[in-house]
Amino acid sequence: MPLRLERLENVSPLRHAMAPVVAALVTLVVGAVMFVALGHDPVHAFTIYFIEPLGDAYTLQELVVKASPLLLIGIGLSFCYRANRWNIGAEGQYVAGAVLGSWLALATHGTEAGPWVLPAMLVLGAVGGALWGLIPAFLRVRFGASEILTSLMLVYVAQLGLDYLVRGPWRDPAGFNFPQSVTFDDVALMPLLMEDGRLHGGIVIALLAVIAATFVLGRTLVGFSIELAGSAPRAAAFAGFDEKRVTYGVFAVSGALAGLAGIIEVAGPIGQLQPSISPGYGFTAIIAAMLGRLHPVGILVASLVLALTYIGGEAAQITMRLPFDVTRVFQGTLLIAILAADILVRYRIRRVEGTTHA
Amino acid sequence: MGDVPDPPHALLEAVKLTKRFGSLVANDHVSLAIRAGETHALLGENGAGKSTLVKMMCGLLQADSGELLYDGAPIVFPDPASSRAKGVGVVFQHFALFDALSVVENVALGLPGHQKLAVLAARIDDCVRRYGLSVEPYRRVGELSVGERQRVEIVRCLLGDPRVLILDEPTSVLTPDESENLFRTVDLLTDEGRAVLFISHKLDEVRRLCHRATVLRGGKFIAEVDPKQESSASLARLMVGADVPRTPRVAAHALGEPRLLVRQLSVAGDGSRGSALHDINIEVRAGEIVGIAGVAGNGQTTLFNVLSGETRVADHESIVIDKVAAGGLGPTERRALRAGFVPEERLGHAAAPDMRLSDNVLLTTHGDGEIVRRGVIHRSVLFARFQKIVKGFDVRFGGKDPKARRLSGGNLQKFVIGREVLRDPVLIVVDQPTWGVDASAAAFIRTTLRERAAQGCAVLVVSQDLDELLEFADRVGVMCEGRLTAPVPVAETSREAIGLAMGGSHGAHAAGGEGEHAA
Repeated sequence: MPLRLERLENVSPLRHAMAPVVAALVTLVVGAVMFVALGHDPVHAFTIYFIEPLGDAYTLQELVVKASPLLLIGIGLSFCYRANRWNIGAEGQYVAGAVLGSWLALATHGTEAGPWVLPAMLVLGAVGGALWGLIPAFLRVRFGASEILTSLMLVYVAQLGLDYLVRGPWRDPAGFNFPQSVTFDDVALMPLLMEDGRLHGGIVIALLAVIAATFVLGRTLVGFSIELAGSAPRAAAFAGFDEKRVTYGVFAVSGALAGLAGIIEVAGPIGQLQPSISPGYGFTAIIAAMLGRLHPVGILVASLVLALTYIGGEAAQITMRLPFDVTRVFQGTLLIAILAADILVRYRIRRVEGTTHA
Repeated sequence: MGDVPDPPHALLEAVKLTKRFGSLVANDHVSLAIRAGETHALLGENGAGKSTLVKMMCGLLQADSGELLYDGAPIVFPDPASSRAKGVGVVFQHFALFDALSVVENVALGLPGHQKLAVLAARIDDCVRRYGLSVEPYRRVGELSVGERQRVEIVRCLLGDPRVLILDEPTSVLTPDESENLFRTVDLLTDEGRAVLFISHKLDEVRRLCHRATVLRGGKFIAEVDPKQESSASLARLMVGADVPRTPRVAAHALGEPRLLVRQLSVAGDGSRGSALHDINIEVRAGEIVGIAGVAGNGQTTLFNVLSGETRVADHESIVIDKVAAGGLGPTERRALRAGFVPEERLGHAAAPDMRLSDNVLLTTHGDGEIVRRGVIHRSVLFARFQKIVKGFDVRFGGKDPKARRLSGGNLQKFVIGREVLRDPVLIVVDQPTWGVDASAAAFIRTTLRERAAQGCAVLVVSQDLDELLEFADRVGVMCEGRLTAPVPVAETSREAIGLAMGGSHGAHAAGGEGEHAA
């Protein structure tokens, strides 16, 4: 008896808003089953994962630090996804931005360069990410190549490129052969918001991005043209919005914000270039964008939730000896649940009887 | 009201069917009996509940209350497959055919089980001969005209040997000649004792072809009448609930400057049928309505896209809007020349289905400098314009600001037309202004365009509805296989001459239009 999806004509806004909540609950149920299968008490595991990190000032700061790259990248991705352009390669754009921005930090290392270095690094980071993002945009516009594949493949190119740089030309000569660059000079580091703590200036940039994106997407013609191009491409052409420009535009914005997140991370919490500069922020941000309903404020909330899975995962690694992959499973389950919830909100499943199609 | 004595028994009967969509009652205790050997008309304006009723009768929708009787016994169709199994065949307005496949392959896909293509082709040939349908089994559907495609759909239905055949607005895509052939087929079918439900709002056809007619209005059953005893005016009155005004012929007024000049416009095709344009010449002057008749798929869509700027042409001089060479300009730049465009397809082209109606106002008004200033959308101005369109053009819908998808065809078309008219354009190009629109909305739209012309706007109308063009256009040209005959004054041509040209007899129309080229 085959099943069929039927579109529902009237979907209440409440149903739409509830989808992420239901998805989160489903994820918790799957997580509980997983913990039981691994031989752990699910209540204890959830406490370590999701409750304990919220009770202490240091981890709360850490939560915000981890949420801010997700937020920046997620906002950029929401531009792409609203336009129905599937940029899966934010991780690569993040790395590309970090590399180009770091080039300036290394080039000015040990010189008397003034406080212009950090702002210039941020600009270069955004440019690097945008250029990396424009590659799949170009391939799509020019050759009709699927941006899903090209953007994803470019992630590995960027990561391996970074790997080469930190093991080769950019390696710190005094670093005992460790694959890492020199530690950046003070003028090339993100300022901290408080004397002692982890909160850095990048968080302010991420919050400014929320405000700017809310305005652009909600109130401007640019935001409208992005929405329209995603919703009804032919109507967008009729309205006079050039499809190619939209494609280039959303990939440039998305890449720039990912690149900015990359250079902020390197110039902030990390402080130098090393082979691994991201625990998969570029991919997790996809979940943040979807979970946040592609709305900047929603993505802000979703980024905090997802940052919690990172923090909880670290805690569980230490206290429960659970591998970090458990966090990946959580994030993956959440993505599948949110995508499924989105479909089930708008469609209903019906059994089709008696058809004898082969 | 069945004043015919002893009617033949009903094959399929709807008894007091009711269907609600939220607060809207689409069908309110509607009854309808389709009898063996009869052609039954279902009449009603758009939004009267015709499609809902048909969908319930073939299992696409389930009624909230009431019942279906099949051969006098109650029956439930949980899905279209079960109604098909009982011999209820439906030919919808929008065909479900694959362009890349042949006729016989398309038919095979719609039939249950497996069958050798050669056997099926023989069955198709047999069916074609019996009902005079003229379909070649091995041709690719992509090469067929709309009329031929419709015949493929009918053949597909007939191979299931249906006792009841439902035709949804079948003649809206046909030339007058093709319609005649269809009527003959329908007569053959009813002579065999099959029942046909014929949905239409072309009243003349219904009066000629149908034995009975059920009229719906606002989701309610209004009357069952013998259409042969009625006049078109009396049927229209039943449908609308009031007298339908004919578009007033505005007294001849002086024509002004040419607002649209198309000169030797040719566009290369992309290989599919009828998309290329060859040497098109049109002049539309301020104050006149020029009509382009023709069967769908003869280049009208390409012509519209070229005029709206969605497709640009190499020779910029070949399209001149208000004295500016516009061939290389995009849609926004052409709108800046105060041109307005209304595409044929409302959902997905003229409007974004999943966006709110107020947002859809932006599609063509964003470049006018009022609603969007320096890239920022001024919501209050936008909403004021939205209200003005809704009030001025009597756009009806549920809720405050629904998605475009939720509007009926007629109301969305009034919205789309209103959106352009309120921009106060000097040129309007409309593709199929009243396609699938109910009689009163159609009359309203024609009157609106007529008034705009009287106020000095140039109007170019592309339409498959010949009667419409003859009713309200000043000059009419015919498009066939990418060529356009020189538009001639309506008074100096005839329905027959245009009908012939629509079928590709260029000579016949040219004969009727000789000497008018100087216009």
